[in-house]
Amino acid sequence: MKNEQSHETTKKFGMVINLDLCTGCGSCMVACMAENNVPFKPDETDKLKSITWMRVYRLTNGKSFPETDICYLPRPCQHCEGHGGHSPCVSVCPATATDYDSQTGIVSQIYTRCFGCRYCMAACPYHARYFNWFDPVWPDGMEKYLNPNVSPRMRGVVEKCSFCYHRYQAAKDRAYVEGQREIEEGDYQTACTQACPAGAITFGDLNNPEHAVYKLKQDANAFRLLERLGTNPKVYYISSKEWVRRAADNYLPNEKTGK
Amino acid sequence: MDSALIPNGVRRCAFGKFLLGLAIVGAVLLWGVYAMLLCWFKGLNQTNMNDNYGFALWIWADLAVIALGGGAFFSGFLKYLVGKDELKHIINYAVLIGFICYSSALLILAIDVGQPLRSWFIFWHANVHSMLTEVAFCLSCYFGVLTIEFIPLILENRQINKVSFFHHLAHNMHEIMAVFAATGAFLSFFHQGSLGGVAGVLFGRPFAYREGLFIWPWTFFLFTWSAAAYGPCFTLLITKITESITGKKLVKDNVVELLAKISGWMMGTYIVAKIIDTIYWASVTAPSKGFQISQFYANNSFYGMWILIAEILFGGVIPALILIMPSGRKNPKARLLAIVLAVIGVCINRWVMVLQTMAIPVMSFDKWALYYPSWQEVATTVLPVAYGTILIMICYRYLPIFPQEAELNPAVD
Ligand code: SF4
Ligand code: SF4
Repeated sequence: MKNEQSHETTKKFGMVINLDLCTGCGSCMVACMAENNVPFKPDETDKLKSITWMRVYRLTNGKSFPETDICYLPRPCQHCEGHGGHSPCVSVCPATATDYDSQTGIVSQIYTRCFGCRYCMAACPYHARYFNWFDPVWPDGMEKYLNPNVSPRMRGVVEKCSFCYHRYQAAKDRAYVEGQREIEEGDYQTACTQACPAGAITFGDLNNPEHAVYKLKQDANAFRLLERLGTNPKVYYISSKEWVRRAADNYLPNEKTGK
Repeated sequence: MDSALIPNGVRRCAFGKFLLGLAIVGAVLLWGVYAMLLCWFKGLNQTNMNDNYGFALWIWADLAVIALGGGAFFSGFLKYLVGKDELKHIINYAVLIGFICYSSALLILAIDVGQPLRSWFIFWHANVHSMLTEVAFCLSCYFGVLTIEFIPLILENRQINKVSFFHHLAHNMHEIMAVFAATGAFLSFFHQGSLGGVAGVLFGRPFAYREGLFIWPWTFFLFTWSAAAYGPCFTLLITKITESITGKKLVKDNVVELLAKISGWMMGTYIVAKIIDTIYWASVTAPSKGFQISQFYANNSFYGMWILIAEILFGGVIPALILIMPSGRKNPKARLLAIVLAVIGVCINRWVMVLQTMAIPVMSFDKWALYYPSWQEVATTVLPVAYGTILIMICYRYLPIFPQEAELNPAVD
């Protein structure tokens, strides 16, 4: 299943999201939708059937005023590495329609191979996978603005955040044309990273000590969602607030976060 | 009118009455077919499933009918491999019920996937790590075996059997049936197990996740075991219902009691294993993922501890005890109670493994995802019941399903 090529360096693209900086403005959600040709829904009242590859959750410490505290938590696909490269979703897909790429660490989705059994959705604890319950619809005229680098998805298949993989392809092509150099930090950025006005999202190669994400993930306040499940996500969060870190991984009342 | 087709020595209701019965059940069937077509042509937006709840009523129905259809493989195993010869008087019916359950499961799956025309990708692009791949392979192969087991029964229709070729074909197929029963038992072992594995491998869902042996989570073994234990109860239940509707005794008590006894012991040992599994999961597996057992049964309006008690005590311990005790299984009322409780018990188990697993919030800031099925989902779930009823009506009327019927109901002219 895994495509190992020894002549390529193994990159592990990932994200660090600083929740202390996130204002919950939703720019990342909008940018992601526009970049990736995410369809609109005829009836938007049913939020549980609408597609949001990047979704911003609103967390609260549950206390009443004036102790109330709020935190916004953007949630793309965590691109889990799981046990030995078996992310929760990848290992279960019967048709190999989703795969873990060991050269980039990206969990991909082949829309034309997916037959919509939704087992991957059942396996993903982050609700990061979305099913096309409806035929894709865009407001009139918007088809002119669709991104030609991203295929639209048909009814009946599962889709999810791809870390804007097409941008990686484009960055690789550019680097090749510019003298077959290695791609550098900043060559490949996701749409949400670029759109975030607060600079809360940083994207890069988690394996490369030169990249900002490499250093940021070692922050004393860095954590990952549901770390104890063993999903091994490649999205890190930073929060100085203890209650946020506790909310991330179902800490028992007497447990410490260790930070 | 159709008396030439009815097996020798037995009586059937008037043809008109039979047609009326078919028409009533057929109307229910058509309702289901309409809902099925809606799902195929308009898509799964016809259901109340959503992105938090991608596995719902259909997958439960699928797991439940396959567990209940387990009577076919286990009775075949007991008759042909263990040598319990008395079971030959009920094996035909067990095979028919198994055939109905498995074809229903395949039909439900064909409605459940978002791109039914691509279902063959599961074989073409098979991911050997996926439990669903194992399910698909074994389920299709076992359905093939059940069809082979069902064919000689059709060939025994009075008119078809008059044709010398079909007569000999049926005879020869009977002779080698042990081979198919063994193949069926082997395949069934794997796919019943891999259906258990479907939930058990979900390490992102601590409610369903189980540690395991080799590549299989414990639920693999629990599902196979429970299908072998509870499947025969369903065969007995449907036999009892058929007897009540026809007003005839169709199978002798010694056969029923033997199957009930074996089922009781299987259930008894299964429920002990299930209790040990539950204790280990609640005290080791779930806490290691950051969960206390109480979290799985609190803060929602439906799933309480009652469901665990209903499954284990009322759906397992009590029916097992009744069927294990000779006085219990020989008493028709107590036996029927045990059989009904057992069937409900295994359905609750499959419900919990699918629907409760999906409903429980895993991220602490998530909410319980309670769901109720749309009418289209209900209708398509009732569809196999109507289809099964029609098949049983036709087979009972025209095929010698119950070898003891003529002896138990001598014709009085
Ligand atoms: S977040 Fe969900 S969809 Fe993304 S890799 Fe992990 S399990 Fe798969
Ligand atoms: S829905 Fe598609 S991607 Fe998901 S498990 Fe099924 S075939 Fe694979």
